[in-house]
Amino acid sequence: MKELICIVCPRGCHLTIDDNNNVTGNMCPRGKQYALNEITNPTRMVTSTVKVDSKLFKRLPVITSKEVSKSKMFEVVKALDGIVVKPPVYLHDVIIKDVCGLGVDIIATRTILE
Amino acid sequence: MKTYDLVIIGGGSAGLAAALEAKKEGVDNLIILEKEPYLGGILQQCIHNGFGLVQFKEQLSGPEYAQRYIDLVNENHIPYLLETMVYEITKDKEIYYTNKQDGVCCIKARAIIMATGCIERTAGAIQLEGARVSGIMTAGLAQKYMNIEGYMVGKKVFILGSGDIGLIMARRCMLEGAKVLGVAEIMPYSNGLNRNIVQCLNDFDIPLYLSHTVKKVVGKDRVEKIIIAKVDDKMNYIPGSEKEFDCDTLILSVGLIPYNPLLEKLNIALNPKTKGVNVNQDYESEFEGIFSCGNSLHVHDLVDYVSKEATLAAKGAVKYLKNNKQEEKVYKTVAGRGINYVLPQQFSYQKDSKIDFKFRVSKPFKACSIVIKNNDSVVRIIKKLYLLPAEMEIISLDMNAITNPSDLVFEIKEDF
Repeated sequence: MKELICIVCPRGCHLTIDDNNNVTGNMCPRGKQYALNEITNPTRMVTSTVKVDSKLFKRLPVITSKEVSKSKMFEVVKALDGIVVKPPVYLHDVIIKDVCGLGVDIIATRTILE
Repeated sequence: MKTYDLVIIGGGSAGLAAALEAKKEGVDNLIILEKEPYLGGILQQCIHNGFGLVQFKEQLSGPEYAQRYIDLVNENHIPYLLETMVYEITKDKEIYYTNKQDGVCCIKARAIIMATGCIERTAGAIQLEGARVSGIMTAGLAQKYMNIEGYMVGKKVFILGSGDIGLIMARRCMLEGAKVLGVAEIMPYSNGLNRNIVQCLNDFDIPLYLSHTVKKVVGKDRVEKIIIAKVDDKMNYIPGSEKEFDCDTLILSVGLIPYNPLLEKLNIALNPKTKGVNVNQDYESEFEGIFSCGNSLHVHDLVDYVSKEATLAAKGAVKYLKNNKQEEKVYKTVAGRGINYVLPQQFSYQKDSKIDFKFRVSKPFKACSIVIKNNDSVVRIIKKLYLLPAEMEIISLDMNAITNPSDLVFEIKEDF
């Protein structure tokens, strides 16, 4: 049996998962999925910034398009080194396709026009 | 002098949501005044995700959440002024601002919504002892340096206070190549959301020292070392509990305070617990036609609730503008045992209405009941598995459940 705190939403449900993978304490189905992932292959969204060549802004915030394996977080952030984006860049533009071969893109989370 | 029906001071999450709701309710003669060169407020530097689950049923980063509202503000042609600093308001709702285009300008409003957000407690506010050196900064400032300005704040970081921004910055520093040596929290429990303890500290093996605080900062020009110590339940240092950390940066995440300098100049009474003004269920302050919402009213843990609250304040302002306000008897809410504050602080009783009461507990509780009393009769009991000071509770109370209106007392009863 393992106790977990769900990180899917800010409610932070206190989950319990037993040896037969029965999850209790979750207030929504996402909590069950989180618990099952967490004991097999924990994943996280990664957010960071890249350099942007803009008049008004120095950094462009970015996010992974999907969750990546927790153990790959540092590798993903490292891959952002040296990237310089030229405006205009629009919300959810792909900045790096298939980052580190993980099948996940790095996308912009802000529109910067100039 | 130009007159507006509604002026919204602050173009962050509260101001944007308030403007949209007012526009939706038919207020066309309105304007948002924002001091930064962009809308969105603090959301623009909160690049992590986790916003929007209540409002949009999906996880968004701060800038994405802001963009949803900014797009709607633009689509609805709601006017706003950027890089515009309001430096004075009067009880007659005259607003003095300054910006590059207009110089010094005065406008008049029939109603004002204050959405000015909050500020961070600083090293001075907690009387941090030791060297006054470079490398000590608040978590929000560190966040601005890293996420907006693109500066790394340090190589070896220690964090004082377990507020959410501090936890978020712990992860951020680790991912960007710094080493975070630990987080000290003076209380015996964390002040941040549980999920942030998990995904920001546990994921990176960052130790959390509960009941610990920074006793001394050591350094010549830059932070070189900090000494933390354990405190007892009276917040006195426990001798011999000191631990030393060689670090170059100390990030403070020791609390947020609603920012109300404009109202303070008018000698408005601030609530000693929330540090914001007192409001009724329409989010109207003691000054008629001046409304307050978001983090300038009380510090929220979720932006989603800020947006919701701003919507209610806008509805209140619209009601005021339409002169739909009737003279009604006003009752108080009382924060009883185990409750830090209840908001709104006053309410009027209207049949067939519902009021969302918001409160925080003063310490963590397990297996307890929230009891809402009225003239010593119990209006409602809600059982809870746990309650934490870091998590604001919202209870929607049907006014029809109250037969004999009077002041409402909120308290916590522990179940055994």
